[in-house]
Amino acid sequence: MTELALQQYLDFAYIVAVVLFILSLKGLSSPASARWGVLAGEIGAALAVIVTLCNPEVAQYKWILITLIIGAGVGVPLGLVHMTAVPQRTALSHAFGALSAAMIGVAEYYVGTAPTRFEMGEIALEVIIGSLTFTGSLIAAGKLQEILPQRPIVYRGQNIVSLSVLAGALGLAVALVVNPANATLFPVMVIVALFFGILLVTPIGGADMPTVISLLNSYAGVSAALLGFVLNSKVLVVAGALDGSSGLILSVIMCKAMNRSFTNVMFGAFGQVQASAAGVQEDRTVRSATPDEAAGILAAANKVVIVPGYGMAVAQAQHKVRELYDALTKRGVDVRFAIHPVAGRMPGHMNVLLAEADIPYDRLIEMDDINGDFPQTDVALVIGANDVTNPAARTDTGSPIYGMPILDVDKARTVMVIKRSMNPGFAGIDNPLYYLDKTLMLFGDAKSFVNSIVHELSGNAH
Amino acid sequence: MPPDFISNLYVFILAGFVGFQVIRRVSPLLHTPLMSLTNALDAIVVVAAIIIAGRHETRLTTVLGAIAVAASFSNMVGGFLITDRMLRMFKSRGPKKS
Repeated sequence: MTELALQQYLDFAYIVAVVLFILSLKGLSSPASARWGVLAGEIGAALAVIVTLCNPEVAQYKWILITLIIGAGVGVPLGLVHMTAVPQRTALSHAFGALSAAMIGVAEYYVGTAPTRFEMGEIALEVIIGSLTFTGSLIAAGKLQEILPQRPIVYRGQNIVSLSVLAGALGLAVALVVNPANATLFPVMVIVALFFGILLVTPIGGADMPTVISLLNSYAGVSAALLGFVLNSKVLVVAGALDGSSGLILSVIMCKAMNRSFTNVMFGAFGQVQASAAGVQEDRTVRSATPDEAAGILAAANKVVIVPGYGMAVAQAQHKVRELYDALTKRGVDVRFAIHPVAGRMPGHMNVLLAEADIPYDRLIEMDDINGDFPQTDVALVIGANDVTNPAARTDTGSPIYGMPILDVDKARTVMVIKRSMNPGFAGIDNPLYYLDKTLMLFGDAKSFVNSIVHELSGNAH
Repeated sequence: MPPDFISNLYVFILAGFVGFQVIRRVSPLLHTPLMSLTNALDAIVVVAAIIIAGRHETRLTTVLGAIAVAASFSNMVGGFLITDRMLRMFKSRGPKKS
Protein backbone atom coordinates (compact mmCIF):
# COMPACT_ATOMS: atom_id res chain seq x y z
CA MET A 1 0.00 0.00 0.00
CA THR A 2 1.46 3.35 -0.97
CA GLU A 3 1.37 6.16 1.51
CA LEU A 4 -1.09 8.15 -0.55
CA ALA A 5 -3.57 5.31 -0.68
CA LEU A 6 -3.24 4.83 3.08
CA GLN A 7 -4.00 8.49 3.61
CA GLN A 8 -7.20 8.03 1.62
CA TYR A 9 -8.23 5.10 3.78
CA LEU A 10 -7.66 7.23 6.86
CA ASP A 11 -9.80 10.01 5.43
CA PHE A 12 -12.52 7.52 4.60
CA ALA A 13 -12.51 6.30 8.22
CA TYR A 14 -12.81 9.91 9.39
CA ILE A 15 -15.86 10.41 7.17
CA VAL A 16 -17.48 7.36 8.76
CA ALA A 17 -16.64 8.81 12.19
CA VAL A 18 -18.22 12.14 11.28
CA VAL A 19 -21.42 10.45 10.10
CA LEU A 20 -21.56 8.51 13.38
CA PHE A 21 -21.11 11.76 15.32
CA ILE A 22 -24.09 13.36 13.60
CA LEU A 23 -26.19 10.23 14.19
CA SER A 24 -25.06 10.33 17.80
CA LEU A 25 -26.49 13.82 18.29
CA LYS A 26 -29.60 12.84 16.37
CA GLY A 27 -30.13 10.07 18.92
CA LEU A 28 -30.63 12.67 21.63
CA SER A 29 -33.91 13.80 20.09
CA SER A 30 -35.64 11.33 22.41
CA PRO A 31 -34.60 9.63 25.65
CA ALA A 32 -35.47 6.25 24.09
CA SER A 33 -32.89 6.51 21.30
CA ALA A 34 -30.33 8.52 23.22
CA ARG A 35 -28.24 5.62 24.49
CA TRP A 36 -27.90 4.25 20.96
CA GLY A 37 -26.69 7.70 20.02
CA VAL A 38 -23.95 7.55 22.62
CA LEU A 39 -22.90 4.15 21.29
CA ALA A 40 -22.68 5.57 17.75
CA GLY A 41 -20.52 8.40 19.04
CA GLU A 42 -18.27 5.97 20.91
CA ILE A 43 -17.76 3.80 17.83
CA GLY A 44 -17.00 6.88 15.73
CA ALA A 45 -14.49 8.21 18.25
CA ALA A 46 -12.81 4.82 18.71
CA LEU A 47 -12.53 4.39 14.93
CA ALA A 48 -10.97 7.83 14.53
CA VAL A 49 -8.45 7.23 17.32
CA ILE A 50 -7.45 3.77 16.04
CA VAL A 51 -6.91 4.85 12.44
CA THR A 52 -4.92 7.86 13.65
CA LEU A 53 -2.60 5.56 15.57
CA CYS A 54 -2.01 3.76 12.24
CA ASN A 55 -1.02 7.00 10.55
CA PRO A 56 2.56 6.68 9.24
CA GLU A 57 3.29 10.23 10.46
CA VAL A 58 3.22 8.83 13.98
CA ALA A 59 6.84 7.90 14.51
CA GLN A 60 6.99 7.40 18.25
CA TYR A 61 4.37 5.72 20.39
CA LYS A 62 5.85 5.91 23.86
CA TRP A 63 4.47 9.29 24.87
CA ILE A 64 1.19 8.73 23.11
CA LEU A 65 0.50 5.54 25.02
CA ILE A 66 1.58 7.05 28.34
CA THR A 67 -0.63 10.11 27.86
CA LEU A 68 -3.58 8.07 26.62
CA ILE A 69 -3.36 6.08 29.86
CA ILE A 70 -3.10 9.30 31.89
CA GLY A 71 -6.07 10.71 29.98
CA ALA A 72 -8.15 7.64 30.69
CA GLY A 73 -7.01 7.72 34.32
CA VAL A 74 -8.28 11.28 34.65
CA GLY A 75 -11.35 10.78 32.45
CA VAL A 76 -12.83 7.76 34.19
CA PRO A 77 -13.15 9.38 37.63
CA LEU A 78 -14.49 12.53 35.95
CA GLY A 79 -17.08 10.36 34.25
CA LEU A 80 -18.11 8.84 37.56
CA VAL A 81 -18.70 12.03 39.57
CA HIS A 82 -21.88 12.46 41.54
CA MET A 83 -24.75 14.01 39.58
CA THR A 84 -24.74 17.14 41.74
CA ALA A 85 -21.16 17.77 40.56
CA VAL A 86 -22.05 17.62 36.88
CA PRO A 87 -21.97 21.42 36.31
CA GLN A 88 -18.40 21.80 37.55
CA ARG A 89 -17.34 18.63 35.75
CA THR A 90 -18.75 20.07 32.54
CA ALA A 91 -16.92 23.36 33.04
CA LEU A 92 -13.72 21.41 33.70
CA SER A 93 -14.15 19.40 30.51
CA HIS A 94 -14.63 22.63 28.53
CA ALA A 95 -11.30 23.69 30.05
CA PHE A 96 -9.61 20.45 29.02
CA GLY A 97 -11.01 20.61 25.49
CA ALA A 98 -9.87 24.21 25.08
CA LEU A 99 -6.47 23.45 26.62
CA SER A 100 -5.97 20.64 24.16
CA ALA A 101 -6.94 22.78 21.16
CA ALA A 102 -4.75 25.67 22.35
CA MET A 103 -1.73 23.41 22.97
CA ILE A 104 -1.95 21.94 19.48
CA GLY A 105 -2.24 25.43 17.99
CA VAL A 106 0.85 26.54 19.91
CA ALA A 107 2.75 23.44 18.80
CA GLU A 108 1.73 24.11 15.21
CA TYR A 109 3.30 27.56 15.43
CA TYR A 110 6.64 26.08 16.45
CA VAL A 111 6.57 23.19 13.97
CA GLY A 112 8.77 23.59 10.90
CA THR A 113 9.27 26.99 9.30
CA ALA A 114 7.39 30.16 10.25
CA PRO A 115 3.77 30.07 9.05
CA THR A 116 2.50 32.26 6.22
CA ARG A 117 0.52 35.36 7.18
CA PHE A 118 -2.77 33.65 6.50
CA GLU A 119 -1.83 30.59 8.55
CA MET A 120 -0.57 32.89 11.30
CA GLY A 121 -3.97 34.60 11.43
CA GLU A 122 -5.72 31.26 11.79
CA ILE A 123 -3.31 30.02 14.46
CA ALA A 124 -3.49 33.28 16.44
CA LEU A 125 -7.28 33.33 16.45
CA GLU A 126 -7.45 29.66 17.39
CA VAL A 127 -4.93 29.98 20.20
CA ILE A 128 -6.60 33.13 21.60
CA ILE A 129 -10.04 31.51 21.73
CA GLY A 130 -8.65 28.26 23.09
CA SER A 131 -6.63 30.01 25.80
CA LEU A 132 -9.39 32.29 27.03
CA THR A 133 -11.82 29.37 27.06
CA PHE A 134 -9.33 27.34 29.09
CA THR A 135 -8.88 29.88 31.90
CA GLY A 136 -12.50 31.07 31.71
CA SER A 137 -13.74 27.50 32.13
CA LEU A 138 -11.37 26.89 35.04
CA ILE A 139 -12.77 29.96 36.80
CA ALA A 140 -16.31 28.78 36.09
CA ALA A 141 -15.49 25.32 37.46
CA GLY A 142 -13.92 26.92 40.55
CA LYS A 143 -17.04 28.97 41.17
CA LEU A 144 -19.31 25.96 40.70
CA GLN A 145 -17.17 23.86 43.03
CA GLU A 146 -17.28 26.84 45.44
CA ILE A 147 -13.50 27.04 45.62
CA LEU A 148 -13.99 30.57 44.31
CA PRO A 149 -16.76 32.88 45.53
CA GLN A 150 -20.00 32.46 43.58
CA ARG A 151 -20.78 36.14 43.98
CA PRO A 152 -20.08 38.33 40.97
CA ILE A 153 -16.77 40.09 41.61
CA VAL A 154 -17.13 43.55 40.14
CA TYR A 155 -15.18 46.78 40.22
CA ARG A 156 -15.45 50.13 38.53
CA GLY A 157 -14.35 50.25 34.91
CA GLN A 158 -14.25 46.48 34.70
CA ASN A 159 -15.47 46.25 31.14
CA ILE A 160 -12.91 48.79 29.98
CA VAL A 161 -10.08 46.84 31.63
CA SER A 162 -11.32 43.49 30.26
CA LEU A 163 -11.86 44.77 26.76
CA SER A 164 -8.44 46.46 26.79
CA VAL A 165 -6.83 43.14 27.63
CA LEU A 166 -8.75 41.47 24.80
CA ALA A 167 -7.72 44.28 22.47
CA GLY A 168 -4.13 43.71 23.61
CA ALA A 169 -4.32 40.02 22.66
CA LEU A 170 -5.85 40.86 19.29
CA GLY A 171 -3.26 43.59 18.73
CA LEU A 172 -0.47 41.09 19.34
CA ALA A 173 -2.20 38.73 16.92
CA VAL A 174 -2.21 41.44 14.25
CA ALA A 175 1.47 42.15 14.90
CA LEU A 176 2.18 38.45 14.46
CA VAL A 177 0.26 38.35 11.19
CA VAL A 178 2.37 41.25 9.95
CA ASN A 179 5.52 39.43 10.99
CA PRO A 180 4.86 35.73 11.69
CA ALA A 181 8.54 35.09 12.43
CA ASN A 182 8.48 37.32 15.52
CA ALA A 183 8.63 34.42 17.94
CA THR A 184 8.86 36.55 21.09
CA LEU A 185 5.38 38.01 20.61
CA PHE A 186 3.67 34.63 20.38
CA PRO A 187 4.00 33.50 24.02
CA VAL A 188 3.04 37.01 25.18
CA MET A 189 -0.14 36.78 23.13
CA VAL A 190 -0.97 33.40 24.71
CA ILE A 191 -0.46 34.79 28.23
CA VAL A 192 -2.60 37.86 27.54
CA ALA A 193 -5.38 35.63 26.14
CA LEU A 194 -5.18 33.36 29.20
CA PHE A 195 -5.48 36.44 31.41
CA PHE A 196 -8.49 37.69 29.46
CA GLY A 197 -10.31 34.39 30.13
CA ILE A 198 -9.93 34.99 33.87
CA LEU A 199 -11.25 38.56 33.55
CA LEU A 200 -14.14 37.35 31.40
CA VAL A 201 -15.65 34.92 33.90
CA THR A 202 -14.62 36.35 37.29
CA PRO A 203 -17.36 39.03 37.32
CA ILE A 204 -20.10 36.48 36.65
CA GLY A 205 -22.39 35.28 39.42
CA GLY A 206 -23.44 31.70 40.11
CA ALA A 207 -27.00 32.18 38.88
CA ASP A 208 -25.70 33.12 35.43
CA MET A 209 -23.66 29.95 35.10
CA PRO A 210 -26.10 28.19 32.71
CA THR A 211 -25.43 30.90 30.12
CA VAL A 212 -21.70 31.00 30.79
CA ILE A 213 -21.27 27.23 30.56
CA SER A 214 -23.18 27.18 27.27
CA LEU A 215 -21.11 30.02 25.90
CA LEU A 216 -17.83 28.38 26.94
CA ASN A 217 -19.09 25.18 25.31
CA SER A 218 -19.57 27.13 22.11
CA TYR A 219 -16.10 28.70 22.36
CA ALA A 220 -14.51 25.29 22.93
CA GLY A 221 -16.24 24.06 19.77
CA VAL A 222 -15.14 27.08 17.77
CA SER A 223 -11.53 26.63 18.87
CA ALA A 224 -11.63 22.98 17.75
CA ALA A 225 -13.12 23.96 14.39
CA LEU A 226 -10.48 26.66 13.90
CA LEU A 227 -7.85 24.07 14.73
CA GLY A 228 -9.34 21.99 11.93
CA PHE A 229 -8.71 24.95 9.60
CA VAL A 230 -5.13 25.28 10.84
CA LEU A 231 -4.37 21.59 10.40
CA ASN A 232 -6.61 21.16 7.37
CA SER A 233 -8.46 18.39 9.21
CA LYS A 234 -12.11 18.13 8.20
CA VAL A 235 -13.03 15.81 11.05
CA LEU A 236 -12.04 18.55 13.49
CA VAL A 237 -13.91 21.17 11.48
CA VAL A 238 -17.09 19.09 11.64
CA ALA A 239 -16.80 18.11 15.32
CA GLY A 240 -15.98 21.70 16.24
CA ALA A 241 -18.89 23.05 14.20
CA LEU A 242 -21.29 20.59 15.87
CA ASP A 243 -20.02 21.47 19.35
CA GLY A 244 -20.00 25.18 18.54
CA SER A 245 -23.54 25.20 17.20
CA SER A 246 -24.76 23.15 20.16
CA GLY A 247 -23.23 25.61 22.61
CA LEU A 248 -24.62 28.52 20.62
CA ILE A 249 -28.16 27.10 20.60
CA LEU A 250 -28.00 26.47 24.35
CA SER A 251 -26.62 29.98 24.95
CA VAL A 252 -29.48 31.51 22.99
CA ILE A 253 -32.04 29.43 24.89
CA MET A 254 -30.46 30.46 28.21
CA CYS A 255 -30.34 34.13 27.17
CA LYS A 256 -34.00 34.06 26.22
CA ALA A 257 -34.89 32.35 29.48
CA MET A 258 -33.18 35.14 31.41
CA ASN A 259 -34.30 37.90 29.07
CA ARG A 260 -30.71 38.97 28.48
CA SER A 261 -29.43 40.15 25.16
CA PHE A 262 -26.64 38.31 23.45
CA THR A 263 -24.37 41.37 23.54
CA ASN A 264 -24.87 41.56 27.27
CA VAL A 265 -23.51 38.01 27.51
CA MET A 266 -20.69 38.52 24.99
CA PHE A 267 -19.27 41.38 27.01
CA GLY A 268 -19.45 39.50 30.26
CA ALA A 269 -21.54 42.16 31.93
CA PHE A 270 -23.75 39.76 33.86
CA GLY A 271 -24.28 40.07 37.52
CA GLN A 272 -23.75 43.79 37.48
CA VAL A 273 -27.42 44.63 37.09
CA GLN A 274 -28.16 42.44 40.04
CA ALA A 275 -25.46 43.91 42.24
CA SER A 276 -27.25 47.24 42.26
CA ALA A 277 -30.63 45.66 42.74
CA ALA A 278 -30.81 45.33 46.52
CA GLY A 279 -33.62 47.81 46.70
CA VAL A 280 -36.10 48.96 49.30
CA GLN A 281 -37.31 46.26 51.60
CA GLU A 282 -40.64 46.90 53.19
CA ASP A 283 -41.67 45.11 56.33
CA ARG A 284 -44.39 42.94 55.00
CA THR A 285 -45.83 39.95 56.72
CA VAL A 286 -45.47 36.43 55.50
CA ARG A 287 -47.43 33.38 56.54
CA SER A 288 -45.48 30.31 57.48
CA ALA A 289 -46.51 26.71 58.03
CA THR A 290 -45.22 23.60 59.76
CA PRO A 291 -44.47 20.29 57.99
CA ASP A 292 -47.66 18.93 59.54
CA GLU A 293 -49.81 21.68 57.98
CA ALA A 294 -47.97 21.43 54.66
CA ALA A 295 -48.55 17.67 54.54
CA GLY A 296 -52.24 18.19 55.23
CA ILE A 297 -52.62 20.68 52.37
CA LEU A 298 -50.65 18.47 49.96
CA ALA A 299 -52.67 15.38 50.87
CA ALA A 300 -55.92 17.22 50.24
CA ALA A 301 -54.82 18.43 46.80
CA ASN A 302 -55.67 16.89 43.44
CA LYS A 303 -52.96 18.52 41.38
CA VAL A 304 -49.55 19.45 42.72
CA VAL A 305 -46.73 21.05 40.77
CA ILE A 306 -43.25 20.97 42.29
CA VAL A 307 -40.86 23.72 41.19
CA PRO A 308 -37.25 22.69 41.85
CA GLY A 309 -34.32 25.09 41.79
CA TYR A 310 -30.65 25.28 42.65
CA GLY A 311 -31.53 25.14 46.37
CA MET A 312 -32.75 21.58 45.86
CA ALA A 313 -29.41 20.66 44.31
CA VAL A 314 -27.44 22.33 47.11
CA ALA A 315 -29.46 20.54 49.79
CA GLN A 316 -29.20 17.28 47.77
CA ALA A 317 -32.91 16.96 48.37
CA GLN A 318 -33.81 15.18 45.12
CA HIS A 319 -34.14 11.73 46.72
CA LYS A 320 -36.40 13.07 49.46
CA VAL A 321 -38.42 14.86 46.79
CA ARG A 322 -38.82 11.51 45.09
CA GLU A 323 -40.18 10.04 48.36
CA LEU A 324 -42.64 12.92 48.51
CA TYR A 325 -43.60 12.23 44.90
CA ASP A 326 -44.19 8.56 45.76
CA ALA A 327 -46.18 9.32 48.90
CA LEU A 328 -48.47 11.77 47.09
CA THR A 329 -48.84 9.62 43.96
CA LYS A 330 -49.87 6.70 46.18
CA ARG A 331 -52.67 8.87 47.54
CA GLY A 332 -53.87 9.59 44.03
CA VAL A 333 -52.46 13.11 43.84
CA ASP A 334 -51.29 14.16 40.36
CA VAL A 335 -47.70 15.38 40.86
CA ARG A 336 -45.68 17.04 38.14
CA PHE A 337 -42.47 19.05 38.05
CA ALA A 338 -42.12 22.46 36.41
CA ILE A 339 -38.66 22.98 34.93
CA HIS A 340 -37.46 26.48 34.15
CA PRO A 341 -34.70 26.48 31.48
CA VAL A 342 -32.23 28.26 33.78
CA ALA A 343 -33.12 26.46 37.02
CA GLY A 344 -29.87 25.20 38.49
CA ARG A 345 -26.36 25.80 37.29
CA MET A 346 -26.39 24.41 33.75
CA PRO A 347 -28.92 23.66 31.00
CA GLY A 348 -31.02 20.64 31.96
CA HIS A 349 -29.52 20.43 35.47
CA MET A 350 -32.84 19.79 37.25
CA ASN A 351 -33.88 17.09 34.80
CA VAL A 352 -30.71 15.11 35.47
CA LEU A 353 -31.03 15.40 39.25
CA LEU A 354 -34.67 14.32 39.21
CA ALA A 355 -33.97 11.52 36.76
CA GLU A 356 -31.20 10.37 39.09
CA ALA A 357 -33.80 10.17 41.84
CA ASP A 358 -35.84 7.87 39.58
CA ILE A 359 -38.61 10.31 38.82
CA PRO A 360 -40.12 9.36 35.44
CA TYR A 361 -39.14 11.93 32.81
CA ASP A 362 -42.69 12.34 31.51
CA ARG A 363 -43.43 14.05 34.86
CA LEU A 364 -40.83 16.75 34.13
CA ILE A 365 -42.58 19.53 32.22
CA GLU A 366 -40.95 22.48 30.49
CA MET A 367 -41.97 26.01 31.40
CA ASP A 368 -43.99 26.79 28.27
CA ASP A 369 -45.96 23.57 28.56
CA ILE A 370 -46.88 23.88 32.22
CA ASN A 371 -47.50 27.61 32.68
CA GLY A 372 -51.05 27.33 31.35
CA ASP A 373 -51.82 24.68 33.97
CA PHE A 374 -51.00 26.68 37.11
CA PRO A 375 -54.51 28.19 37.47
CA GLN A 376 -55.87 24.61 37.71
CA THR A 377 -53.14 23.59 40.15
CA ASP A 378 -54.07 23.18 43.80
CA VAL A 379 -50.60 23.48 45.24
CA ALA A 380 -47.38 24.80 43.73
CA LEU A 381 -44.49 23.65 45.91
CA VAL A 382 -41.34 25.67 45.30
CA ILE A 383 -38.16 23.94 46.47
CA GLY A 384 -35.04 26.07 46.35
CA ALA A 385 -36.09 28.19 43.37
CA ASN A 386 -36.41 31.96 43.66
CA ASP A 387 -35.97 34.34 40.71
CA VAL A 388 -37.62 31.97 38.23
CA THR A 389 -40.85 32.25 40.25
CA ASN A 390 -40.72 36.00 40.89
CA PRO A 391 -43.94 37.65 39.62
CA ALA A 392 -42.14 41.01 39.61
CA ALA A 393 -40.61 39.84 36.31
CA ARG A 394 -44.11 40.12 34.80
CA THR A 395 -45.37 43.28 36.46
CA ASP A 396 -42.63 45.48 37.93
CA THR A 397 -40.92 47.41 35.14
CA GLY A 398 -38.33 48.62 37.65
CA SER A 399 -37.23 45.12 38.61
CA PRO A 400 -33.83 44.02 37.31
CA ILE A 401 -35.42 40.81 36.10
CA TYR A 402 -38.40 42.52 34.43
CA GLY A 403 -39.31 40.70 31.23
CA MET A 404 -37.68 37.41 32.21
CA PRO A 405 -40.05 34.52 31.50
CA ILE A 406 -41.06 32.92 34.79
CA LEU A 407 -43.06 29.98 36.05
CA ASP A 408 -46.49 31.37 36.96
CA VAL A 409 -46.63 29.70 40.37
CA ASP A 410 -48.51 32.68 41.81
CA LYS A 411 -51.53 31.59 39.74
CA ALA A 412 -51.83 28.30 41.62
CA ARG A 413 -54.50 28.14 44.33
CA THR A 414 -51.93 27.69 47.10
CA VAL A 415 -48.21 28.32 46.91
CA MET A 416 -45.74 26.75 49.31
CA VAL A 417 -42.12 27.83 49.31
CA ILE A 418 -39.38 25.90 51.08
CA LYS A 419 -36.67 28.38 51.94
CA ARG A 420 -34.00 28.69 54.61
CA SER A 421 -34.98 32.20 55.68
CA MET A 422 -36.38 35.41 54.29
CA ASN A 423 -32.88 36.57 53.30
CA PRO A 424 -32.86 37.31 49.61
CA GLY A 425 -30.23 35.31 47.72
CA PHE A 426 -27.06 36.97 46.49
CA ALA A 427 -29.09 38.33 43.60
CA GLY A 428 -30.71 40.54 46.21
CA ILE A 429 -34.03 40.73 44.43
CA ASP A 430 -37.08 40.71 46.67
CA ASN A 431 -39.75 38.22 45.66
CA PRO A 432 -43.34 39.52 46.06
CA LEU A 433 -44.53 35.92 45.74
CA TYR A 434 -43.64 35.38 49.39
CA TYR A 435 -46.04 38.07 50.61
CA LEU A 436 -49.14 36.84 48.80
CA ASP A 437 -52.09 35.73 50.94
CA LYS A 438 -52.08 32.36 49.24
CA THR A 439 -48.40 31.76 49.94
CA LEU A 440 -47.14 29.68 52.84
CA MET A 441 -43.46 29.87 53.68
CA LEU A 442 -41.92 26.61 54.85
CA PHE A 443 -38.74 27.69 56.62
CA GLY A 444 -35.97 25.14 56.81
CA ASP A 445 -33.46 23.05 54.92
CA ALA A 446 -35.05 21.63 51.77
CA LYS A 447 -33.98 18.06 52.49
CA SER A 448 -35.07 17.89 56.11
CA PHE A 449 -38.29 19.81 55.48
CA VAL A 450 -39.35 17.52 52.66
CA ASN A 451 -38.38 14.60 54.86
CA SER A 452 -40.68 15.88 57.62
CA ILE A 453 -43.56 16.26 55.15
CA VAL A 454 -43.02 12.70 53.92
CA HIS A 455 -43.01 11.55 57.54
CA GLU A 456 -46.30 13.25 58.24
CA LEU A 457 -47.86 11.84 55.09
CA SER A 458 -46.83 8.27 55.87
CA GLY A 459 -47.88 8.72 59.52
CA ASN A 460 -51.39 9.68 58.43
CA ALA A 461 -51.58 6.71 56.11
CA HIS A 462 -51.31 4.14 58.90
CA MET B 1 -5.26 32.18 0.82
CA PRO B 2 -4.53 28.44 0.76
CA PRO B 3 -6.85 26.43 -1.52
CA ASP B 4 -7.88 24.16 1.37
CA PHE B 5 -9.36 27.12 3.21
CA ILE B 6 -12.39 27.33 0.94
CA SER B 7 -13.18 23.63 1.14
CA ASN B 8 -12.79 23.75 4.93
CA LEU B 9 -15.12 26.73 5.03
CA TYR B 10 -17.71 24.77 3.02
CA VAL B 11 -17.45 21.89 5.47
CA PHE B 12 -17.67 24.23 8.46
CA ILE B 13 -20.77 26.01 7.23
CA LEU B 14 -22.56 22.83 6.19
CA ALA B 15 -21.67 21.07 9.45
CA GLY B 16 -22.87 24.13 11.35
CA PHE B 17 -26.23 23.92 9.59
CA VAL B 18 -26.52 20.19 10.22
CA GLY B 19 -25.63 20.84 13.85
CA PHE B 20 -28.32 23.49 14.16
CA GLN B 21 -30.99 21.30 12.62
CA VAL B 22 -30.12 18.22 14.64
CA ILE B 23 -29.57 19.98 17.97
CA ARG B 24 -32.70 22.11 17.67
CA ARG B 25 -34.62 18.84 17.94
CA VAL B 26 -32.91 17.72 21.14
CA SER B 27 -35.42 17.76 23.96
CA PRO B 28 -34.67 20.34 26.70
CA LEU B 29 -34.96 17.34 29.03
CA LEU B 30 -31.62 16.15 27.70
CA HIS B 31 -29.69 19.41 27.56
CA THR B 32 -27.16 18.31 30.18
CA PRO B 33 -26.36 15.01 28.41
CA LEU B 34 -26.23 16.99 25.15
CA MET B 35 -23.49 19.15 26.57
CA SER B 36 -21.46 16.22 27.85
CA LEU B 37 -21.92 14.32 24.57
CA THR B 38 -20.80 17.25 22.40
CA ASN B 39 -17.87 17.57 24.78
CA ALA B 40 -16.92 13.96 24.17
CA LEU B 41 -17.29 14.38 20.40
CA ASP B 42 -15.26 17.59 20.49
CA ALA B 43 -12.50 15.59 22.16
CA ILE B 44 -11.78 14.20 18.69
CA VAL B 45 -9.00 16.83 18.69
CA VAL B 46 -7.13 13.93 20.27
CA VAL B 47 -6.39 12.72 16.73
CA ALA B 48 -4.50 15.94 16.01
CA ALA B 49 -2.76 15.69 19.35
CA ILE B 50 -1.64 12.13 18.58
CA ILE B 51 -0.09 13.28 15.31
CA ILE B 52 1.72 16.21 16.96
CA ALA B 53 3.03 14.07 19.83
CA GLY B 54 3.85 11.15 17.54
CA ARG B 55 5.77 13.13 14.91
CA HIS B 56 8.31 13.81 17.62
CA GLU B 57 9.77 16.90 15.89
CA THR B 58 11.07 18.94 18.79
CA ARG B 59 10.90 18.37 22.52
CA LEU B 60 8.55 21.37 22.89
CA THR B 61 6.00 20.17 20.33
CA THR B 62 6.10 16.65 21.74
CA VAL B 63 5.39 17.94 25.25
CA LEU B 64 2.58 20.19 24.01
CA GLY B 65 1.14 17.32 21.99
CA ALA B 66 1.38 14.97 24.95
CA ILE B 67 -0.50 17.41 27.22
CA ALA B 68 -3.13 17.74 24.49
CA VAL B 69 -3.48 13.95 24.18
CA ALA B 70 -4.05 13.55 27.91
CA ALA B 71 -6.49 16.49 28.16
CA SER B 72 -8.61 15.54 25.16
CA PHE B 73 -8.59 11.80 25.78
CA SER B 74 -9.78 12.35 29.35
CA ASN B 75 -12.68 14.36 27.87
CA MET B 76 -13.46 11.60 25.41
CA VAL B 77 -13.49 8.83 28.02
CA GLY B 78 -15.15 10.89 30.74
CA GLY B 79 -17.66 12.53 28.40
CA PHE B 80 -19.01 9.30 26.95
CA LEU B 81 -19.04 7.64 30.35
CA ILE B 82 -21.03 10.34 32.12
CA THR B 83 -23.40 10.83 29.19
CA ASP B 84 -24.28 7.15 29.23
CA ARG B 85 -24.66 7.19 33.02
CA MET B 86 -27.05 10.13 32.81
CA LEU B 87 -29.11 8.68 29.99
CA ARG B 88 -29.47 5.38 31.83
CA MET B 89 -31.28 7.31 34.58
CA PHE B 90 -33.98 8.71 32.32
CA LYS B 91 -36.89 6.30 32.60
CA SER B 92 -40.38 6.91 31.33
CA ARG B 93 -41.97 5.24 34.36
CA GLY B 94 -40.18 4.86 37.63
CA PRO B 95 -40.24 1.40 39.21
CA LYS B 96 -43.37 1.19 41.28
CA LYS B 97 -42.84 0.84 44.99
CA SER B 98 -46.03 -0.16 46.68
